[in-house]
Amino acid sequence: MTAMVNTNMQSDIVSSSPIVSLKGISKTFSNGTVALNNMSLDIRQGEFVSLLGPSGCGKSTALRIITSLTSPTTGRVEWPLEESKQKEHELSFVFQEPTLMPWATVFGNVWLPLRLKGVSKKAAHDRVMEALQGVGLEQFADSYPRELSGGMKMRVSIARALVTKPKLLLMDEPFAALDEITRFKLNNDLLRLWETFGWTVIFVTHSVFESVYLSNRIVVMAARPGRVVNDMAIDAPYPRDETFRTSSVYAGFCRDVSDALHKAMIVGDHL
Amino acid sequence: MTLEIADKHAIAPAPQSVPLDAEELKRARAARREAVGRWVLPIVILVLSVYFWDRLCVWNEIPHYILPRPGLVFETLLADWGILSIALINTLKITFGALLIATLGGLGLAVLFTQSKWIEISFFPFAVILQVTPIIAIAPLILIYVDSITAGLLICAWIVAFFPILSNTTLGLNSADHNLQNLFRLYGASRWQTLRFLRLPASMPYFLGGLKIAGGLSLIGAIVAEFVAGSAGSGSGLANQILEASYRLNMPRMFAALILISVTGILIFLSMNLLSHLLLRKWHESALKREM
Repeated sequence: MTAMVNTNMQSDIVSSSPIVSLKGISKTFSNGTVALNNMSLDIRQGEFVSLLGPSGCGKSTALRIITSLTSPTTGRVEWPLEESKQKEHELSFVFQEPTLMPWATVFGNVWLPLRLKGVSKKAAHDRVMEALQGVGLEQFADSYPRELSGGMKMRVSIARALVTKPKLLLMDEPFAALDEITRFKLNNDLLRLWETFGWTVIFVTHSVFESVYLSNRIVVMAARPGRVVNDMAIDAPYPRDETFRTSSVYAGFCRDVSDALHKAMIVGDHL
Repeated sequence: MTLEIADKHAIAPAPQSVPLDAEELKRARAARREAVGRWVLPIVILVLSVYFWDRLCVWNEIPHYILPRPGLVFETLLADWGILSIALINTLKITFGALLIATLGGLGLAVLFTQSKWIEISFFPFAVILQVTPIIAIAPLILIYVDSITAGLLICAWIVAFFPILSNTTLGLNSADHNLQNLFRLYGASRWQTLRFLRLPASMPYFLGGLKIAGGLSLIGAIVAEFVAGSAGSGSGLANQILEASYRLNMPRMFAALILISVTGILIFLSMNLLSHLLLRKWHESALKREM
């Protein structure tokens, strides 16, 4: 863990050009639901951005559009830092469920992204073990997913996202199904990994407290139709830990974000 | 069939020095009784029914050409082993041949169906037609059109056996977790990679379920086809032995052949169960022993 890249600490977090940029994205589903309405968003390199909003505000849809799992009805996604026509972006995705293959060991699950790129088990071994070490599961390499607790499964899922050394990590309410104690622990792990690897993270959540604790930028969204209503900076310094979680600065940010979210929901109710 | 996983989590045996209280002793005894009973009870029932069968013959003075005593059936089994074993081998050849073709064909067709919706739409109805038409009704036609009796028998047994594999595997291949499918897409997996690393493993429990049914059906198919073919001579199987023995009112031999068929069926069933257990024991819910 010591010899990891350490390029994007918060001192130079905001580089000039965005890593990904959404331009006027709208998405209407075939049943007529408007999931996203004219959403524009620049995600800059090294940012930890939370998309926060009530259910139905299109935050998960936005994430799926960035991964091209869903295509937008109008608008486009641009990757200014990559050469045009590059089909595969260096991104990883963590789902709400751990989404592990039950028939494969922890090692096999983490190996998967490399295996799909044709890396043999032997060649992948060190990288897989390094990723497992990153989440503290190196001793469970030969276990099967069902032998693990919910939090440990989520860690495996994060290790699988780590193993390809992505530039952009997309997380779709990854800790929503976990208990609070496990969630706090994984929050800390995630922050530690983010600071070590210098990723850009887009984190979808419906928890004000989680988003304030993790991110340096919160994009508040409203539902019906899904749209961005507020873009807030959380400029508290990293590393953040339990002292930050109990500080008045944290409480202040939580209040601001809650207010913004509340306004967004009232606006939504009038529509 | 204890599992290593279950063992790992099992409560360690209580240290001998600590005396068990009455409640614990009762629970331990109940557990032991269940473990023994699971094996002993079916055997006791079997022995009792064979004994009752024997007594029935003696008490009612039933002649052996109506209902032979179990002892006589067993003697016949040994005495006629020369004829019966050849018949058994012939039947086994057809059964396992059909099962093999059914497995390969069912699996192959299922993969083909899931690769292209159009292939599935075009051909699935015909698979259903093959399945719903009683084999006994098509067997005479097949045996007329196909010159080789062995080939005819194989085709009949295959028709009966392949459908459960086809339909189960198709279902299994389509039941791969959607998030995992998305993940594979995200990582740019090819169609072949998705099939090999995701769809095939996900369909394994379904496929094995189909295989269990197909194992029994291929034996039934083989026997039915033999009855229809009614051939005598070197290629004849157990069904032919039953037919021939019935013409001669050789009841003991009929029973002996019947027992061989049953035992074969049981062995096929057990080996399929074992295969399924071996392949799934590490991960699938069906093969895990739960701690209560």
